Amino acid sequence: MDYNVNICETDIDYENLADGEPAQDFSFNPINEPETSTQNCPEILEMEVFKECTDVQSNRSSYTSDESHDREEISHLQRHGWSAATVKVLASMPSRTAELNKSRRVRYQASSHESPHLSRPVQGASVLAEAEEINTEDSNLCAAENNMDQLVSSLQGLSVSEGTRKLRAMPLSLADKIEIRKVAFSLKTESSFIGRNIPCYTHLSMYISMTWRHCLFSCLPVFSSFKLWHSALKTLSGRYGTGVLSYFLFLRTLLFLNLLLFVITGLFLIIPQGINPPPSPKADFSGIELLTGTGYFSDSLMFYGYYSSETLPGDQYRMPAAYFFTIGFTLFIICIILVYRLSKSFGKNFQVLKSNKNLAVKVFSCWDFKVSKKISVRLQSEKISTQLKEQLSEMIKGEDKKTCMQHLHRLIVHLLAWTACLISIFLGTIGVHNLSGKKIDIKTTLNLPKDTELLVLSAVVSGINLLLPGFFNLCVWAEQYESPGTRVYVSVFRNLLLKVSVIGVLCYRWLESIPANGLECWESSVGQELYRLLVMDFIVTVLYTFLGEFLWRVFSQTILQKKRKPVFDIARNVLELIYGQTLTWIGVLFAPLLPGVQLIKLIVLFYMKKRSLILNCQASRKPWRATQMTTLFICILWFPSFLGTVVTIIYTVWTIKPSEKCGPFRNLTTMFEGGQMSTRHLEDAHPILKWLSWVYDCLVENPVFLFLASGVFLMVIYFQAQVVDGQRKIISRLEKQIENEGKDKKFLIAKLQDLCK
Amino acid sequence: MGTTASQLSKESLSEYQELTFLTKQEILLAHKRFTELLEKHEKEQIDARVPIGRIITLPELKSNPFKERICQVFSTSEQKDGSLTFEDFLDLLSAFSDSATLEIKSHYAFRIFDFDDDGTLDCADLEKLVNCLTGETNDAKLSSTEMKQLISNILEESDIDKDGTVNLSEFQHVISRSPDFVR
Repeated sequence: MDYNVNICETDIDYENLADGEPAQDFSFNPINEPETSTQNCPEILEMEVFKECTDVQSNRSSYTSDESHDREEISHLQRHGWSAATVKVLASMPSRTAELNKSRRVRYQASSHESPHLSRPVQGASVLAEAEEINTEDSNLCAAENNMDQLVSSLQGLSVSEGTRKLRAMPLSLADKIEIRKVAFSLKTESSFIGRNIPCYTHLSMYISMTWRHCLFSCLPVFSSFKLWHSALKTLSGRYGTGVLSYFLFLRTLLFLNLLLFVITGLFLIIPQGINPPPSPKADFSGIELLTGTGYFSDSLMFYGYYSSETLPGDQYRMPAAYFFTIGFTLFIICIILVYRLSKSFGKNFQVLKSNKNLAVKVFSCWDFKVSKKISVRLQSEKISTQLKEQLSEMIKGEDKKTCMQHLHRLIVHLLAWTACLISIFLGTIGVHNLSGKKIDIKTTLNLPKDTELLVLSAVVSGINLLLPGFFNLCVWAEQYESPGTRVYVSVFRNLLLKVSVIGVLCYRWLESIPANGLECWESSVGQELYRLLVMDFIVTVLYTFLGEFLWRVFSQTILQKKRKPVFDIARNVLELIYGQTLTWIGVLFAPLLPGVQLIKLIVLFYMKKRSLILNCQASRKPWRATQMTTLFICILWFPSFLGTVVTIIYTVWTIKPSEKCGPFRNLTTMFEGGQMSTRHLEDAHPILKWLSWVYDCLVENPVFLFLASGVFLMVIYFQAQVVDGQRKIISRLEKQIENEGKDKKFLIAKLQDLCK
Repeated sequence: MGTTASQLSKESLSEYQELTFLTKQEILLAHKRFTELLEKHEKEQIDARVPIGRIITLPELKSNPFKERICQVFSTSEQKDGSLTFEDFLDLLSAFSDSATLEIKSHYAFRIFDFDDDGTLDCADLEKLVNCLTGETNDAKLSSTEMKQLISNILEESDIDKDGTVNLSEFQHVISRSPDFVR
């Protein structure tokens, strides 16, 4: 036992050696010695030894026939202070030669974990038997052939398509795969559709079933299988990297969500109402209506007021029911989609094992193979180098000890910046609140068309959204955060705060003050305001993209004399997208055509941003963790944006009295009541549904059930957290076990060498 | 089945499509690009091999610091000179395509990073890897202290059995922890 412990200690010592200084040992040969004696005695000794004692001889002969290569190997590995013999044995172990065997022509070892019996014949008995019979280089071929037979037989057990799929996922060369397939499936000629004399109809049906299976298996979740803009995104990511790509992917996601929304509302609301227009006087169309949404548009399909509250003639289509259930249904579907994406993102991001440095991960996976232009490649290298150097310098020097004064200074700067930002947000919000309450009188001497004063509010809101983020960027630049991650999070948080407060105050205005104002059709006017906000936001974005970024580039290149073009501000642009999407979601209830407007806006935005990117911007030098950021953005889309919308809509539907003269819910106390009435009508028409409503009454409206449901939900979360915790513990134990087995391995080899001397 | 003359037979096309992660259009495009690389007399050969010198002139590979390793890894030639047949070329594209599984990608990534082809990533491999990543300019290269620190950190994080090298399973384990391993 003593001996055992000592060996372990020396092992640890060896691992801590950086420069290969000679160390004390008990049983290992000192480092300096073997370089001279490598060629002769230990090797020959080894060969006898292992023929008798161990099982690795068969693999050793297959390792490499190049002696000099061996020597080089050994001298290099000796830096770790192991004896040459130990090292040779370790190098020829099956776990390491698994890779090498693949470079041979006869290579049938699959290292995938699906077929462990093929790749690692580590366990003693079977391999010992093998070793006793064979002792030449042919041993490798025999072993390989055995493996090939095993692989072929395992494939034969599966159907053709499954076997092909499994073969496809194996890391073998194409020529080998073709050969294996031929051998494995040669017995299955009747199911091979690479046609031999089979009658036409069987061929056709097989083709159909194959295509169907192919479709089924390649059916990814709906949004990710769309190939819209695929080539454009590929070129963009090639030049600018995955950070900018994540913005455009987010845009594409929002586009599909809006498309879904538009299609559903279109099918159930817009088309039925469009076919049966209610009689109403039409105002004249003048250009300004595209901006204000009043006039010609106010009595159109665009807004709530147009939809009738009775059954549509000729169709037996109840509009109030349709309105209520369509909106509810679309929100429900979007909720499910968002939760699904959120959980997938979180799953990808959440690491059971969190190591604080993550350098290995960075080194192995940071190279973006999509990048192909020389300049971008160079930029990427620089980026990686800077990143690595920053982290390493931190580690080598240790944290800078700051003086008290410096700490205080930093604290004051941070406080100032935060106060400035919060004050600006507050002022902006107050401004919006007051402005929305007042009626503006633009002097008629300016000769502007009617209703232009309605645009003032949206212009002010868009202006605030444009200028304040720039101010926040300035603050962040002044604060000089050390880590770029913190910088991004802080600026995202500030922008988010601004947008949440603006939308919050607007919602308050719409839901509290407007209905009380006594307007004839308050829902339509809310819809119109939302429409104006959306359009104005779009116009301002267009102007900013073309003029602002262009001017900034000219400014920075001529006046500031910077050689590099400005960087695409991903966080700010994504938050603008989320802002627009929130407005759309709130607006669906009041203006069913709003998703269509948002759709057009997103499509135009895509091409515009792409153009502007190529002209005015360049890839960022700072690292951008694409997956974490995407998770953050989907999180923001879910939590303040979508949930806030749902809360607003539920509040509207539940409590606010709809206007009496327009819309599908006129003459009702609340919109919710309209929904209830419709369900009752449906039940009367179809008595089968009575039990459904009974179930609904018993369960959903009963508070006990809700408590029970949330209790179960919390228990599930707790359970999952415990499982994750347990897994973490198991992982650390297994790692320790592997480490110990490595030590055991070395110990056994050394002991065997001693015994056989 | 190899490619005959300069046309792909329907059978080969469907076979390639089943056994790789590429679609039929992608295979046809690859065939076109590959035949552009062939000399006139090679075009008539079955299973023509393109030497590594011509492969790395492809625009997608030209600036890639790993281009020689990539050719070496996917080459099935006896002389290990990095030359590729059309099937090797398809293997290459399949491994880098978006639909390839994580296992395939990590397997080939490991082999690409294994500069001395010994089945594990030891210190020399890691050093060469980092130098490839950071580029060739002098100020981007890491100093020797930084390199040592980096390599010891990498080994500390990924070497589970503490033998001083990273083998395939350890590599795959590290990769599976990174959500950004997309190519």
